[in-house]
Amino acid sequence: MATTMITTLDRSSRAAARGLSDISIRNLFIIPTVLFLIVFNIFPLIYSLGYSFTDFRASTNAPANFVGLQNYRDLLNDPYVWSNFAITAKYVIISVAGQLFVGFGVAMLLNRDIPLKGLLTTLLLLPMMLSMAVVGLFWKLLYDPSFGIINYALGLGTFEWLSDPKMALYAVALTDIWMWSPFVMLLSLAGLSAVPKHLYEAAAIDRAGPFYTFFRITLPLVAPILMIAVIFRTMEAFKTFDLAYILTSQPTAELISIRLYKMAFQEWQTGRSCALAYIVLIMVLAITNIYVKYLNKVKER
Amino acid sequence: MAHIQLKNISKTFGNHTALTGLDLDIADGEFFVLLGETGAGKTTTLRLIAGLEKPSEGQVFIDGVDVADWGAAERDVALVLQQYSLYPRYTVRENLEFPLKPKIRRLPDAEIKDRVDRAARTLRIEHLLDRKTDRLSGGEMQRVSIGRAIVRKPRVFLMDEPLSALDAKLREALRTELKNLQMQLGATFLFVTHDQIEAMSMGDKVGVLNHGRIVQTGTPYEIYNNPRDTYVASFVGSPPMNLIDGKLVNGRAVMAPLNFELPFSGGAKASAATDGRPLVFGVRPEDVYLESGAPVEARVHDVENHGVEKILTLRVGDATLRATVPARTDVAIEQAVRFAWNPDKVVLFDKGSGVSLRHAS
Repeated sequence: MATTMITTLDRSSRAAARGLSDISIRNLFIIPTVLFLIVFNIFPLIYSLGYSFTDFRASTNAPANFVGLQNYRDLLNDPYVWSNFAITAKYVIISVAGQLFVGFGVAMLLNRDIPLKGLLTTLLLLPMMLSMAVVGLFWKLLYDPSFGIINYALGLGTFEWLSDPKMALYAVALTDIWMWSPFVMLLSLAGLSAVPKHLYEAAAIDRAGPFYTFFRITLPLVAPILMIAVIFRTMEAFKTFDLAYILTSQPTAELISIRLYKMAFQEWQTGRSCALAYIVLIMVLAITNIYVKYLNKVKER
Repeated sequence: MAHIQLKNISKTFGNHTALTGLDLDIADGEFFVLLGETGAGKTTTLRLIAGLEKPSEGQVFIDGVDVADWGAAERDVALVLQQYSLYPRYTVRENLEFPLKPKIRRLPDAEIKDRVDRAARTLRIEHLLDRKTDRLSGGEMQRVSIGRAIVRKPRVFLMDEPLSALDAKLREALRTELKNLQMQLGATFLFVTHDQIEAMSMGDKVGVLNHGRIVQTGTPYEIYNNPRDTYVASFVGSPPMNLIDGKLVNGRAVMAPLNFELPFSGGAKASAATDGRPLVFGVRPEDVYLESGAPVEARVHDVENHGVEKILTLRVGDATLRATVPARTDVAIEQAVRFAWNPDKVVLFDKGSGVSLRHAS
């Protein structure tokens, strides 16, 4: 079955002259990638699973002792870790909801005949293409209490966006919304333009108002692609590290990945941080799975 | 129930002119068929009446009121499109309920249920009500989309080639059903099609559209027997009318390049056709008959057997001519036959303009 899918090699080609078969060419392309994945992803993943059951510290020469589930037990009983999780959850909800709202809204505005639509779309996509670290650095400048342009524009004086414990997390989420709304917008635009025009015409003939048309036709048809955007953004937001790390050091904005980084590379609790990484991994997998199940349901309807 | 009137409508899309100076009058309760080839402007006409397009020039009247500023919703028309336009992800029932559910004019639930059930019964789709629309066949989808039009009791039904995507059997069945439905509802129907059989069999009145202009309006009988010009003559009817160049000489039709003569009895109307003026003679294939003593000899070029009749293609010189003969007529290809026409049924067209002499004066 699989062999019939592979197109036969042109006999006169150079590869054929060197005696390479279809299968060896296929392997030539696949094996480097697979090797790379094994060395840099799979191996550390499994290796760190081993460490997560020990009290290994990478900063000392002391041998690692097997401690069983002790790390996991400690972490799950640690109220500080739980508060990090709570902060992360709050951050994910604010950030993803904001991106969905802004991204879908802008897509609705763009999904009509307007001059310079292509150029406008491209310009709106720019934030997404910047590096996280760069975005973090210049939003830090924008937020600056004494010379930041945001305070100047809003007339807020010397309001401390990033040092205010109540505000810091929202400020980070706002930056994330700015950066990633274009992604949601892009997917929404694809979804919106796939809604056949004649359905809107049929709805107009059926005397449906704009809200009725939106909730009965547009939204159900765009829902699956919006779900995909939500899955991607949730996963990414859950793992956010660089943006938050650069912007603020407030403990109220300490996301789980920052906690993890500190545990691993400042406190050198290598074994325990491996365990925490596994807990995070399992959580992300679980959340994604719920979404995917829901997505399939939406698609079926 | 409504009376529709289009006055001097023109519509252009950029450089392309879709309609020019279109006048149309559709009486209340009439089944009007707009017939034309692809690109003739039929769909544009429908969309103008529905309010999905605005005319570049001219006015649309519904019941005598100029509806230029009315949107599709206010015009209260129903439009059945060729591509069905069912709302995906909903069941048949939800689709039928859709036009009844918007909050502004929401009907009581019992009324909605009643109307949906009645429409389903009329179209015989009751067993499909709880099915999702993507699990329907083409014919079923088209019935649902017609159902969505009739639940609302609109003033006018507009149908854009609703049957052309269906297979022949189903098309025939739905044709009858639609005609019955229209009589039952007593509603005004505007039906667009490129299929002249549909037009002839369903329409109370037919309008022939060519390149954005109405060429002729009339009952199917008028259109068929008294076409206004050679375009209508060749477009309506299957096989189409035979059109032969010639002129009148002493009350006889003389086919100029082909060198044959036939008797002609056009009567008073023929007086407009002075002797020697270049003309086109139009005769329906069923008015051409074979007879042993007939004046013209021809050879049988092709025989199409249609069961009840045979359609012969006759060859005279370089020209061909269709004749419909009874099925029992025994002919073979390349056989020599003699034919004549029914002189009372011949239509004369001016060679230059193509307009029928009966309509010209």
